[in-house]
Amino acid sequence: MQQNKNIDIKPLEFNNTWGYAPAPESAEPANIKPRYELFIGGKFIEPEKCEYFNSINPATEEVLSEIARADIADVDKAVKAARHAYDTIWSKTPGKIRAKYLYRIARMLQERAREFAITETLDGGKPIKESKDFDVPTAINWFFYYAGWADKLEYAAPGKTPKPIGVAGQIIPWNFPIMMAAWKIAPALAAGNCVVLKPAETTSLTALKLAELIQDAGLPPGVVNIVTGEGATGAAIVNHPDINKIAFTGSTRVGKLIQKSIAGTGKKLTLELGGKGANIVFDDAPIDQAVEGVINAIYFNQGHVCCAGSRLFVQENIADLFIAKLKERLKTLRIGDPMDKNTDIGAINSARQLETITDYINKGISEGGVMYQDSCATPEKGYWCKPTIFTNVAQSATIVQEEIFGPVLAVQTFRTIAEVIEKANNSYYGLSAGVWTDKGSKIFEVANRLEAGVVWANSFNKFDAASPFGGVKESGIGREGGLHGLLAYLNL
Amino acid sequence: MIFNTPPIDYVGVQERCAKFTTRSIKSDSKMQALKLALNMIDLTTLEGLDTPGKVKQMCLKAANPHSSASDLPTVAAVCVYPAHVRTAKQALQNTGIKVASVATAFPSGQTALSIKLDDTKFAVGEGADEIDMVISRGEFLRGNLNYVFDEIAAVKAVCGISKLKVILETGELATLDNVRKASEIAIEAGADFIKTSTGKIQPAATMPVTLVMLETIRDYYYKTGIKIGMKPAGGISNAKLALHYLVMLNETLGDAWMNNELFRFGASSLANDLLRQIIKQKTGLYQSGNYFSLD
Repeated sequence: MQQNKNIDIKPLEFNNTWGYAPAPESAEPANIKPRYELFIGGKFIEPEKCEYFNSINPATEEVLSEIARADIADVDKAVKAARHAYDTIWSKTPGKIRAKYLYRIARMLQERAREFAITETLDGGKPIKESKDFDVPTAINWFFYYAGWADKLEYAAPGKTPKPIGVAGQIIPWNFPIMMAAWKIAPALAAGNCVVLKPAETTSLTALKLAELIQDAGLPPGVVNIVTGEGATGAAIVNHPDINKIAFTGSTRVGKLIQKSIAGTGKKLTLELGGKGANIVFDDAPIDQAVEGVINAIYFNQGHVCCAGSRLFVQENIADLFIAKLKERLKTLRIGDPMDKNTDIGAINSARQLETITDYINKGISEGGVMYQDSCATPEKGYWCKPTIFTNVAQSATIVQEEIFGPVLAVQTFRTIAEVIEKANNSYYGLSAGVWTDKGSKIFEVANRLEAGVVWANSFNKFDAASPFGGVKESGIGREGGLHGLLAYLNL
Repeated sequence: MIFNTPPIDYVGVQERCAKFTTRSIKSDSKMQALKLALNMIDLTTLEGLDTPGKVKQMCLKAANPHSSASDLPTVAAVCVYPAHVRTAKQALQNTGIKVASVATAFPSGQTALSIKLDDTKFAVGEGADEIDMVISRGEFLRGNLNYVFDEIAAVKAVCGISKLKVILETGELATLDNVRKASEIAIEAGADFIKTSTGKIQPAATMPVTLVMLETIRDYYYKTGIKIGMKPAGGISNAKLALHYLVMLNETLGDAWMNNELFRFGASSLANDLLRQIIKQKTGLYQSGNYFSLD
């Protein structure tokens, strides 16, 4: 246990002696087309009204491509294509054949991993090392995992005869586009359903590339349909009468709207919504590893993570030292060109999200919080937010209560286990939490009393296709991943 | 003396180290690092069959690593047994290259303190600029931490103006918690440098062990403003791995440590791989091993 003495640490200096030369990944393999149409019935077709919107690179503000805007008529076409494919082909396709398609998609995604990673980074602003080492491999992991279930459904629900639900409408967010597409499509297809999927309007490109890949894989037309557009397109999916299930990942506000609109329709529902994860550091924690864990928990993907550890609770007797170490650590985080292999913090996903984050930071300051950012420079063009730490805040502060979805950490202190559990649970969210202590018994005690769908011990942001993920309270309904994620696409 | 060392989580340390290895080091920044690494080497021979002839040849190589590139730095020091300090010292006159000597019944340290002190005094008397001592791992592992502390302090007292490097022999300490504790003891007892290994035990230097030692040095600096040096030794045999270590140093301790006053590589075959990479950066071509001297 470290003592809270000598807290005025002597600061270190970085990056003046030996700098890293730029190491940008080439954008060429992304091979982005100037325009993308809707993927319906196995073909790319123009939208009825011929309307398109731009997809922007948030790091440069340059237009990458034009994306088709689907309206109610287009969504209807997509649902009809899905229903037709379900009735005539997919519901009669044996599990081992469905598995074959899923394995094929997984392998083709492996082959084209670089193209997908680069596209993801250009379109969404996240660092290339994250899209290359996390997003795309996790997406592949999901296809492989659920391919394995496709011919074993009777073992998923022993004593029952599981049947597919039919046509699923799936709406995914902009923070992990290709990964979220995989999380939605893989279990749905393994269980024998057909889908209509809508990616977020700022990050449609990798889903559309997945559509091309699915076409190349020879998946029967209409099994997967991808319609692009904004909220209105999503609403058209939610309200379509011939959809049997809605799977949505996004904000709690929209999640509530969806729940209201499908009430009484008999549509099944899974929601993966917002979070305000409590990351708890005890005085007997491995301090330097906990510092890394806290940094990873809040600044991974610029904080655009529903399970981000955005509320840090540090035991009061080590708080000064711990916060000093966190601030020192910000000096070696590299913010800038997301295509550079050495970039740790990329661009904020959109101008609108940057505005939201900036509003929260201003509110944090006006409510009396003490804001800290490192003095590093950010590029002139594009949307950027430096890693931010707020101290002098309490549970009553807006930035402690509400999900910011940006690189903003709110730090509070605590004295006892009882106190920190009470504070951590004092939130309408309940998605994730972290516990940092060297003491095994404490991990179990705290983890069992936290109201969160997932609790990580001495680690953060660990995912596997075999492990269910989801929230309690206003963070969601249902689970994705593992057996639980499969059952959500079956009628038992 | 009571040490309240923080626990170390091995998995977390490994994850952090893995991140250092993903940094992409290119062009000018690579050349700078290769030269810096060469300049940080303690060129070492610690064999029973060492002779004055062998030591002299190594010293010539230390001062003039490669004939075809004129803008190369020298290595930082040569590291030899006490019996060869005088030979090395003479061979390196006017080169600025330091002579380091192992001492204190290297490598096992299993003898009486008085003999260890005599060993050290002899090496210092022969002209050693730096003393690389070993800690008593047996005493450490049986819990006799005060003995370990006092022994280091006693050796420091006879070092005079020679710098003291304290070898923890981390391969025998088994856990990162022990590495952290031994690092704190060595620093508090007067070490100028802490060093991972003798090179006689496997595993020798690893990135996780080195990171824990660098973080101990960092915490000591945070507290006191005093800079302690670091020397990973053994097992760092190629340029790529050396660059990973430099990235780790650059992002853990930063600017002030990026020189051979505060960081060394204890290595014998690393020098030639660095030279090969430097020549490759200059000419675009890899040369065969025969173009690099084996002294």
